[in-house]
Parts: sequence; structure tokens; C-alpha cells
Amino acid sequence: MYQRRQSFHCIREGVLAGFPIIIGYLPIAMTFGILAKTAGLSARDAFCFSAFVFAGSSQFMALSLLSIGSGAGEVILTTLLVNFRHFLMSASLATKLEKNIKRWIPFIAFGITDEAFSIVSFRQKDVTKEFILTVEIMGYISWVGGTLLGYLAGGILPPAVQESMGVAIYAMFVTLLIPEAKKSLKIGLLACLSGMVNAILNNVDILSQSWNLILSIVFSSAIGAYLFAEKEVHSYE
Amino acid sequence: MNNYIILILGMAAVTYIPRLAPFLMLSGKELPQSLRRFLSFIPCTALGALIIPGVFSSIPQSPHAAMLGFGFAVIYSWFRGGIIVPVLGSIVVAFLFSSL
Repeated sequence: MYQRRQSFHCIREGVLAGFPIIIGYLPIAMTFGILAKTAGLSARDAFCFSAFVFAGSSQFMALSLLSIGSGAGEVILTTLLVNFRHFLMSASLATKLEKNIKRWIPFIAFGITDEAFSIVSFRQKDVTKEFILTVEIMGYISWVGGTLLGYLAGGILPPAVQESMGVAIYAMFVTLLIPEAKKSLKIGLLACLSGMVNAILNNVDILSQSWNLILSIVFSSAIGAYLFAEKEVHSYE
Repeated sequence: MNNYIILILGMAAVTYIPRLAPFLMLSGKELPQSLRRFLSFIPCTALGALIIPGVFSSIPQSPHAAMLGFGFAVIYSWFRGGIIVPVLGSIVVAFLFSSL
């Protein structure tokens, strides 16, 4: 009985925590639906993209590569690179999940997006399967539903509203970051460092943006691990 | 034209495997301190790199609206915390500014 109350509680917290993801995904997913239709995909294919791949930037990338006539091999290879940052995120998360959730791992792993990862890894309390799966399912519904909505209904939101919603994801990222940065200066510094490295790499424009992102994360985390040895490691786990 | 399904399954596989593999490799293992520390910094460094420089082009039609909306979220969450209000507020601020 107690356990059931506990998991109900986690689901409720997951719904609250996942709400910003719904708002953040919706305009992007609708844009994907609209673009997929423009690119000549069937509704079924657009749906399958979002339902099976479930990774925003790589789906947009696929559309633009297809439109310039790239082959499937090239698109798949680029997808691997664009989404490889999730390897780092899953690795980070794997060390902090509660132990007895083995059989849920295949589902949890499927839903690791930038946004779900951010919300889950900054959670103060235990990361239970109920919490993480609720957050992920909400994101999934918003992403797949938004894709169909965009495909079938087109721009039902006024363009100005939909454009303005583009800032929502970034607002969500920063509201997750700020409480941590207030608690620990080094968190704030490392985040800034990583952003600056990424901005510089993008400006230099030698590698693709996906590489830049991965390099920024690896470089800044390594700097952090080197500079901030010992102490406070446990409080951040 | 009609063989998107193979493409989609290929993309799904190369997306899913990197998401899954670390859980299988790392769960329940004792990792060296330095690696643990490295992994523990990934949430904040990932957020930093996801925000910058992406936020500057988050509203391509009006970067200023994006900066104002984003600024609202920063200030609000710094002083009051929360997520839902600053996120919705950032949209409202950006919308108001761009429709001025």
C-alpha cells in the first residue's frame, strides 16, 4: 500500500516536471510535421519518424539531407553522429538510477532526450522508474502528437505564437541550470565554459555542430574532473 | 520515395543503441573516482552547450525577442525558482515583444 502511494506520488511529480517539455516540444514537433509534409512524406512516414527515431534535431537533419538528394547511408551515419551526445548523457544517468529497475532500462533508454535527461539528472530526490518514465512518456506524446498535428492541421497556431514558443526549450534548460549554479559556483562556471567553447567552435566552423556539442561537453567535463578533484562529489550524485 | 521505412529503422537503431549501451555497460559497476566525477559534470556542461549558442537563434525572425524572453526566464528563476512560470513567461515576453 505504502509502495503504491509512493509510486503514485512519483508519477504526479513526473507529470509536473514533464509539463515544460510538452510546451517546449509542441511547436518544434509541429514544425517537423509541416516540413515533412512539404518534403512529400506520407503522414505514416512522418509519424514513424517521430515514433521510432524520437530525436528532434536528427529528424530535421534527415529532411534537409533527403531534400538535397542524400542517400539513406549518409542520413543514417549523420544521425549516429548527431545523436551520439546521448551516449554521454545515458552514461551519466546510468550511475545515478535506483538499482532495481533492470527490466525498465530498454524503455528508459529509448526516451533519453536532451530535455528528459536534464530534468531527470537535476532531480534532487531519488530517480525512480515511475518518475523518469512519466517524464519521458509526456515528452513522447507531445513529440509524436505534435508531429501529427503539424502534418494534418498545419499551422493552427498563429505564426507569431509558434515562433515565440521557440524560446521555451532554452528557457527550460536555463531554469534547470540556475538553481544548481546558485548552489555551486563550479557548476555555473563549467556550464559557461561549455557554452563558450561550443560558441567558439561553432564560430570557427571546422567541424559539424554535432561534433562541437560533443567536444564541448567532453572538454568541459574533463576540465571539471581535473580541477575539482575530491570534495563535494558526493553531494552532487 | 517509398522506402522511408528502412531509412527510419536505420536511424532509429543508431539513435537507440548509443542511448542504451551505457546503461548496459555501466549499471551496477564500480567506476573509478575520476570517471564518476567526469560523468557527474555532464548534466551542467551539456546544458551550457545546449543553451549557447542555440538560444541566440531560437526565434530566427526576432533574435531580440528571444533574448528578452530568455532573460525573463533567467531573472525569474534566479529570484523565484520554478520552471513552469519562467517557461510560459518567456514565451509571453517574446510574443509581446515581437508583436509590438
